[in-house]
Amino acid sequence: MLRFLLTVIRRDLLLAARRRGDWLTSQFFFVMVVSMFPLGIGSEPAVLRMIGPGVVWVAALLASLLSLSRLFADDHRDGSLEQMLLSPEPTVLLTLGKAVAHWLIYGIPLLVIAPVLGIQFALPAEAILVLVASLAIGTPILSLLGSVGAALTLGLRGGGVLLTLLILPLYVPALIFGAGAVDAALAGTGAEAHLSLLAAFLVMSLLVSPWVAAAALRVSIE
Amino acid sequence: MAFNLYYYASPATFYGLAGRLIPWFAWGAGILTLIGLYIGFFMAPTDFQQGEAYRVIFIHVPAAWMGMFIYLVMAFWSAIGLAFKTRLSFMMARALAPTGALFTFIALWTGALWGKPMWGAWWVWDARLTSTLILLFLYVGIMALWAAIDDRQRGDKAGALLTLVGVVNVPIIYFSVQWWNTLHQGASIKPSGTSMDEIMLAGMLVMAFAAWFYAIAAALVRVRTLILERERHTDWVKAILES
Repeated sequence: MLRFLLTVIRRDLLLAARRRGDWLTSQFFFVMVVSMFPLGIGSEPAVLRMIGPGVVWVAALLASLLSLSRLFADDHRDGSLEQMLLSPEPTVLLTLGKAVAHWLIYGIPLLVIAPVLGIQFALPAEAILVLVASLAIGTPILSLLGSVGAALTLGLRGGGVLLTLLILPLYVPALIFGAGAVDAALAGTGAEAHLSLLAAFLVMSLLVSPWVAAAALRVSIE
Repeated sequence: MAFNLYYYASPATFYGLAGRLIPWFAWGAGILTLIGLYIGFFMAPTDFQQGEAYRVIFIHVPAAWMGMFIYLVMAFWSAIGLAFKTRLSFMMARALAPTGALFTFIALWTGALWGKPMWGAWWVWDARLTSTLILLFLYVGIMALWAAIDDRQRGDKAGALLTLVGVVNVPIIYFSVQWWNTLHQGASIKPSGTSMDEIMLAGMLVMAFAAWFYAIAAALVRVRTLILERERHTDWVKAILES
């Protein structure tokens, strides 16, 4: 079973490595969305510090949604998804592996880029550390919950926008606690409470989403 | 005579039952609304803290209750439908969603009308307001998913799964005034008693029943349409349509 999981993850990583253009698009989307805000709002450091955590987090949500619409779509189009569903291995492992691979491919780069964006928003070093920590806990949630939405909207017309409608409301707790952690660090009240709640939310999504996504995938493929 | 649940789980028999029930609930909703509004506007005393503006609760509170409750009912029918593959359950879930979204929207709208004189703001990002807004988004998302899927069975099941995932939001709304120190006031009606004047409470409960009756009537009308649409290939529907 573990081997099946690892195979799914390795396959997705390999596919992403062969298609670097797709991968880079999502990262640059993240950087560009974040960079638009200082241009639109003005470059007052106090203002930027106030909106920075929220802007980075919202951009992370949007960037993950952008790549999530393709999570199952490519495999669905060439028929390999059906073959994987026919395999005797549990579908839960497939959806879990897909979500983990999505996080490795699209989540981890955000963690690396985020400190640079934090500097752009005049965040102090401690706050940047908390921002990276909150994204490290929070981005797996985005991949896990997003896999449910990707499975539900598989092959539908206007799937990308629909995915946004379905999944953004479910992302709200992650956004509140993630950006809230950085705000708390900026206010000097300590970010542990927010990060703990975020971690609790991660555990909950890990326990629920792969199963729901597997059920949704079965519904969509039938 | 035992009430046979399985008998009415069949769309053909439920169609007739719903048709007989609708006038009762529709008239009940109309009469109860008139009584409730009369109590609310003419009999209930002016609140000593909130003045006349508090009277919006006669619509706001029942609408907010129904917005949450209808979501729970939808989740219930979705779970039943997924577990037992009963056709009628999915139709009930689909029939309830627009009414639930309507009540959630009314709750938000009347809340804004009340918030302006009380808090000095149409909207604040308070935990209860935010979670109710998310409830509205969930309704919209579920209805959008149904609208996007042409295949009926796939749409039913996908919508049911999404409904069940979103159900975690309902307790968050309900307990938000206890968990967080919010601007929105806490519940006035508790199992241990109420902090409201009796006539105010009576008006609100009558309005709550009116909202219940309206929701049931609207859902039944919609479910009858859905039954006709989905069973149009059957003989009994053809017989109805021809007569």
